[in-house]
Amino acid sequence: MNEQADLNQQLILGGQQDEDQYLTFMMAGEEYGMDILAVQEIRGWEDATVIPNAPAFVKGAINLRGTIVPIIDLRLRFGIESVAYSPLTVVIVVSVEIKDQLKVMGLVVDAVSDVYSISEEKAKDVPDFQDSDNAQYVHGLVNVGEKMVVLLNLARVLDLSANYMQHG
Amino acid sequence: MKKILAVDDSASMRQMVGFTLKKAGFDVTEAKDGSEALSIAKQQGFDAVISDVNMPVMDGITLIRELRSLPNYKFTPLLMLTTESGLDKKTEGKAAGATGWIVKPFNPEQLLAVLKKVIR
Amino acid sequence: MSIDLSQFFEVFFEESFEGLDAMEAELLNLEPGAEDSETINTIFRAAHSIKGGSGTFGFTSVSDFTHVLETLLDQIRDGQRQLTAEHVNLLLKSVDCLRALLGALQAEQAPDLSEANELRLKFEVILGMSDGVAEEPVESLQESSGESTYQIDFKPLPHLFKTGNEPLYMISELAELGELETTAFYDGIPSIENLSPDECFLSWRFFLTTIKPESAIKEIFEWVEDDAHIEITMCGGLFGKVASNADVETANVNIESNSGLETPSPKPVKAEVPVNSLGKKAEPKKPSEQSSTSIRVGIDKVDSLINMVGELVITQAMLSQIGEQDITETTITSLQEGLAQLAHNTRDLQENVMRIRMLPISFVFSRFPRLVRDISQKLNKQVELKLLGEQTELDKTVMEKISDPMVHLVRNSLDHGLETPEQRVAAGKDPVGTVTLNAFHQGGNIVIEIMDDGQGLNTEKIKEKAIANGLVQESDELSADEINELIFMPGFSTADAVSDISGRGVGMDVVRRNIQALNGSVEVSSAPGVGSTFTIRLPLTLAILDGQLVKVAQHTYIIPLISIVESLQIDISKVSRVGKDLDVLRLRDEYIPILRLYDIFSHQGAIEELDKTLLVVVESDNHKVGLLVDDLLAQQQVVIKSLEANYQKVDGVSGATILGDGRVSLIIDISGLIKLSGLKRPGSQELLVEAKAVEVA
Repeated sequence: MNEQADLNQQLILGGQQDEDQYLTFMMAGEEYGMDILAVQEIRGWEDATVIPNAPAFVKGAINLRGTIVPIIDLRLRFGIESVAYSPLTVVIVVSVEIKDQLKVMGLVVDAVSDVYSISEEKAKDVPDFQDSDNAQYVHGLVNVGEKMVVLLNLARVLDLSANYMQHG
Repeated sequence: MKKILAVDDSASMRQMVGFTLKKAGFDVTEAKDGSEALSIAKQQGFDAVISDVNMPVMDGITLIRELRSLPNYKFTPLLMLTTESGLDKKTEGKAAGATGWIVKPFNPEQLLAVLKKVIR
Repeated sequence: MSIDLSQFFEVFFEESFEGLDAMEAELLNLEPGAEDSETINTIFRAAHSIKGGSGTFGFTSVSDFTHVLETLLDQIRDGQRQLTAEHVNLLLKSVDCLRALLGALQAEQAPDLSEANELRLKFEVILGMSDGVAEEPVESLQESSGESTYQIDFKPLPHLFKTGNEPLYMISELAELGELETTAFYDGIPSIENLSPDECFLSWRFFLTTIKPESAIKEIFEWVEDDAHIEITMCGGLFGKVASNADVETANVNIESNSGLETPSPKPVKAEVPVNSLGKKAEPKKPSEQSSTSIRVGIDKVDSLINMVGELVITQAMLSQIGEQDITETTITSLQEGLAQLAHNTRDLQENVMRIRMLPISFVFSRFPRLVRDISQKLNKQVELKLLGEQTELDKTVMEKISDPMVHLVRNSLDHGLETPEQRVAAGKDPVGTVTLNAFHQGGNIVIEIMDDGQGLNTEKIKEKAIANGLVQESDELSADEINELIFMPGFSTADAVSDISGRGVGMDVVRRNIQALNGSVEVSSAPGVGSTFTIRLPLTLAILDGQLVKVAQHTYIIPLISIVESLQIDISKVSRVGKDLDVLRLRDEYIPILRLYDIFSHQGAIEELDKTLLVVVESDNHKVGLLVDDLLAQQQVVIKSLEANYQKVDGVSGATILGDGRVSLIIDISGLIKLSGLKRPGSQELLVEAKAVEVA
């Protein structure tokens, strides 16, 4: 997979010390970023085993080298209209500490985009959201060149015990 | 590296003795009773043997007597670990050929200090 | 060197508890007056080890208490004292007390010492010890202020080397105490033809100036007191030293100037032995990682694992060799062979890895002699306990959880099963009743039987009770087995009066539920006047499950084989609808609610017509329900994986597994499923009544 090679390349190049690195991905034309340290691997979409009565954004569970890993569709999690999966659909496997427990989950996104080094200071700029429920999932907003990147708070996004955005 | 055979039926004592000696740079082999120790001792040489007295199958005194009768263990320091502070166990041990004794309870420092009398 | 002793605590606790179990078992074997020495020895050794370990690891409350036990046992062992029944009872109580003390220490709580002190007093009365006089006199410390000089004459007997002692090391020990002057004497050396390399002919005189007391010097020579002439004299001040020193110099040769000489000592002689790294301080060890639980594994099991892995490596090498070749007819054949070999290796390895967690059931059995002794005394019944198949192995986790249900069943047998001696004699039986625990492997399961030769279950009484509790109808015709099954119904107790043995409330239903939670089952068979047998069946491990794969729409689920009663095609004419949407199948004389899996799990695309599907009748919590599935697939062993670890608890699902094709499949949790279905009490009276009503209509 080319993206992975690129990603690895960028990981090796690294950033400066007071900066955190973020992996960004595209979803419905927006660019989102997550702490790269949480990312375990990036893989293509494969059929998951449906988990009964799970919320719609839980696509099921897959076997990741012997571990059962749930797959979360981030579009549905954020209440964005879903698209059909294709062989190009990407699953980012992350490991996140949720309520003192390290959980490994897969996130379905449209495509992986880039790796940025973003200073701690910049990442903290959280704008005032008036509207949405999604605000709780946002860690910060940063501008990288012309683009705006939404940095996610993965622990919140993946805390499934919190109120579901959508029920299945 | 000097080789020591540590014999005790209690796993925690064996581990403590083994660990202490290993940290002090000895090559340690552990055995859980006299009979196991004897068959190990017959297969390979040791620079010293440290053995508990009260053990199932074969006790420490018998082990020491058996070892001392082997040509390879004629001069080897054979120490007994004993809680009996009374004289009889010590004399019994000495009569069997023990080099000396270490009185339980002891801590790792004491063990190493005592050992210095017979092996360096 | 500083070593963190706490890293050995867990092993110490574990072996101490094992030691206590062994003590208890042996104590129960003892017949006062006819005790055999090996039994006493075993008990003594267990107490001795606990004392030694607790002293070493700083648990003085335990070592102090064990000391009195040990003293008594030592006296009995040496024949100084006769073992009495009182001793046995006291020792048994001590076992309990030590368990509590060690348990508290293990949990890092302050132990309650009141009972220990009380028991200790009783031991001391027996031992005739006066009030706590310190055992060993406190060594009187000599003035340590200021230096003294000692003259030490050390003349080993010829056999010294044969004790394994080494004079040179003692000399270097001496040198560490202070300033040492050494002189060796060669006058004892015989002529070369009489020289034996085994013997020591040297002797020494030392002058040691030290601030240490004389006892420190004595300690160095402690081991060779009988193997040498040792004389220690204090020379007092400087004057004495000089005087004797001069004396020595005229008469003797300094060892250093003669170090090149052949000496009879088998080891090279040097006056100053350097202190090696032993004396150095090692860096402090970091605190040990908290390992809450551990298992001890026999070396044979590890060895066999290593062998398996060795074979696996060979197979892997063979396969990768094939992989490097061009694909031909022959390579495909050998590839297939290689894969078959790999499958074989994997299976062996899996079985052997499972064996690591396996322990003999004697760990559970061993608590019963005490239990039976105590209870039979209380009930005034005479009981012989037989243990069979103690070496049968099962998973450690299963073992921990089966203990309580077994205790309950054994208590039940003693309380309700066995008759009093009078009743037994009246019935023409041996006044001593027998309870037998038997364990054996059967298929992939372990079977544990609890048998008694008592009166058997009283079917009439059970039925009466069941009717009174509304569990069955007066008019129901039930076979004896069906009646016996009723004792596993919630809230059932046959005891005339609630005794403190069987207790109230905790009934057989709880026993059954606990066993079912382990994917096991329990059954009873009984014959009036002959006795009852409870049979527990358990999987050998909780990590593997025998499963029935079923298809629901395009999904594959796994039903634990042990909960399946039967699978069948539905005869539509036997189905009636109860209430709004519940179908009930009349199967022989039972009414089985039909749970539509696709509906409960919200799956689309499953077959909905009852006559085109299959019904898997399962049993859980004494309830039978039918699960509607599209098709039955294979039966296979599956390795249970957690779904919760990375996700969360899913109702109606107990876990997940990975199938042969690498896909995840979920394992159905029957009792969870029943709850999820909203079926409050399948098989309940209301349901039955409704179903019958429908049928009549």
